[in-house]
Amino acid sequence: MRRLEPLLAPAVFVAMVAALWLIFMVVPTERQMGIVQRIFYFHVASAWLAYLGFFTVAGASAVYLWKGSAAADRAAIAGAEIGVLFCTFVVVTGPIWARPIWGVWWTWDPRLTMTLILWAIYAGYLMLRAFGGDDEAVARYAAVLGIVGVLDIPVIRVSVRLLHGIHPNVLNQPQGSGLADPKMRLALYVASIAMLLLGGWLAMVRMRQERLASELAALRRLAEERA
Amino acid sequence: MRAALAILRKDLRIEWRTKESLSSLIVLGVLLLVALAVAYDPTPETAPTLAPAVLWATFVFTGLLGIQRGFLVERENDCLAGLLGAPIDPAAIFAGKLAANLVLLAAMQAIVVPLVGLFLHVDLAASVGGLLVVLLLGNLGFAALATLFAAIAVRTRAREVLLPVLLLPLLVPLLIGAVKATEHVMTGGLAGARDALGVLVAFDVIFTVAGWLLFTYVVRD
Amino acid sequence: MAAPPIRAEKVVRRFGGVAVLAGVDLTVEAGELVVLLGANGAGKTTLLRVLATLLRPSDGRLELFGVDVRLRKAETLRRVGYVGHESACYPDLTGAENLAFYAGLYDVPDAATRVAELLTWAGLDGAARRPVRVYSRGMQQRLALARAMLHAPDLLILDEPFSGLDPAGQTALDARLLALRTAGHAIVLSTHDVARAAPLATRTVVLHGGRIAWSGAGAADPVVLARTYDDLTRGRS
Repeated sequence: MRRLEPLLAPAVFVAMVAALWLIFMVVPTERQMGIVQRIFYFHVASAWLAYLGFFTVAGASAVYLWKGSAAADRAAIAGAEIGVLFCTFVVVTGPIWARPIWGVWWTWDPRLTMTLILWAIYAGYLMLRAFGGDDEAVARYAAVLGIVGVLDIPVIRVSVRLLHGIHPNVLNQPQGSGLADPKMRLALYVASIAMLLLGGWLAMVRMRQERLASELAALRRLAEERA
Repeated sequence: MRAALAILRKDLRIEWRTKESLSSLIVLGVLLLVALAVAYDPTPETAPTLAPAVLWATFVFTGLLGIQRGFLVERENDCLAGLLGAPIDPAAIFAGKLAANLVLLAAMQAIVVPLVGLFLHVDLAASVGGLLVVLLLGNLGFAALATLFAAIAVRTRAREVLLPVLLLPLLVPLLIGAVKATEHVMTGGLAGARDALGVLVAFDVIFTVAGWLLFTYVVRD
Repeated sequence: MAAPPIRAEKVVRRFGGVAVLAGVDLTVEAGELVVLLGANGAGKTTLLRVLATLLRPSDGRLELFGVDVRLRKAETLRRVGYVGHESACYPDLTGAENLAFYAGLYDVPDAATRVAELLTWAGLDGAARRPVRVYSRGMQQRLALARAMLHAPDLLILDEPFSGLDPAGQTALDARLLALRTAGHAIVLSTHDVARAAPLATRTVVLHGGRIAWSGAGAADPVVLARTYDDLTRGRS
């Protein structure tokens, strides 16, 4: 796994350049939405990555509770940070796309609401890790939160559909439909791969950083004891 | 299961003696209700439409406070160590605390719900049956998650802030379901609330089971 | 041969990376009363809480009556009683209610009689109906001891049990511990009052540097003990 890391950075670069080239040079302008629609590719890819991040947190948390593996704990931290990072990207690019198309920055559409709630849940996870104190029990508590968050996803999904009744259906078509042109599909896939590589690379760096930080702390303590 | 009942009885007895949590819950609930009602300043015609949202907003915010206190009881004199050293399943502690919290919530709602009827000009008597169903389902899901996370919050720094920050996003589906169900119950009857009630039931099942299973990991050291 | 009440092998307990217990080896047989000594902060409380299953070992192996503590078996927990620095009694319940509650949790047979018996032993008959909140330090300590002995545990783990007790209370505790020890129960207690514990001890151990640094049969001679402490602390520089 560690040997892959030096390969990842250039791979991310290549994939990103390819995606950007496809999105801005190759893909035709979408009929209804115009140029703004080009945000769509990174927007959707980020959403997938956010979900991947959150499911990673849940899985790693379960492993951590079961086995107590420190590596699992590090994976959970990395998953949460990357999940929140990409989720932030989704929640920011969404309104940028929405404003020219729908005329509003925000609407309580089921999908937007769900994304926002998920963002809040895992931002809470990061807050717990940051402000929960130095007790190593915090890792356990965070793991519980990580699992509960993912369990909430299906319920959130169903419940936000209840909201639909109140607000007007501003979306003319669901996001992601109308990908008539195969070049668009290609752009989406390449953008997704680019994001996946980016996310994976960030995760590896973050986990390595965590491992080094705890090794450093252990060495420091050893030095203090010897002194 | 017997252990859970013993813990429930113990908590209710303590609460009955001090009435600390109960009184602060009720007072806070009423104050919050008044604040919301006055802030909206509704006309007698529009007031009933506010009722479901005001009801549940009040319950959730005051409930968070009350449930957190439930674990402060165990912190004094290291009582939690007494419970954990005993030959009982830690999940029984969860069950007992959950049951105690349900009783507390119900007691608070018994006061606040009629007052909502009064302040917001809603005829609640007509929909009492349906309302009770919604309250029961809503309380269970809320208390399950709140009990689990109160156990966490009480053992970490920044505990007063952390509990709402962690819980509120998780509770949104419950809130949506409960408010929608209350709306339907108040205007039509239970039948129209089926979808919303379904959300509540799913929430309850998932998080009561999750709480039951995960509680051990929170309290073991 | 019945399994010993305590068999600890290389028990480690870390807090945030710092190993408070760094490899404790300790075996306690039935009928032993082991006095645990150590400087403040040496980890006595941590060790006792690990032995009482309130803290899990980070590493190493701990068996109580032959059963690994990680399994948290009810039969094992039923045979252990623990008194820590705090009473584990609910301040808003009366002494009698507290004991009745724990009697229920431990499934103590003939609970009412047992509770009454221990209230009398603790000298709390008069205060039994008053909330623990109004008890003095000594009364709370005696109630805590009563609580720990309610279910007649085969293994008693006590963290500074004499603290807060007046001479009458100390004598009563002395007598009880001696009786339990003679009857074949195992007791591990920590104390700063070496002289007090001396007549009771079958063994004395010193915790230092996260390990059992010294172990001696019978009571510890105060002179020997002082020298040992000196050696140990000087060796650390």
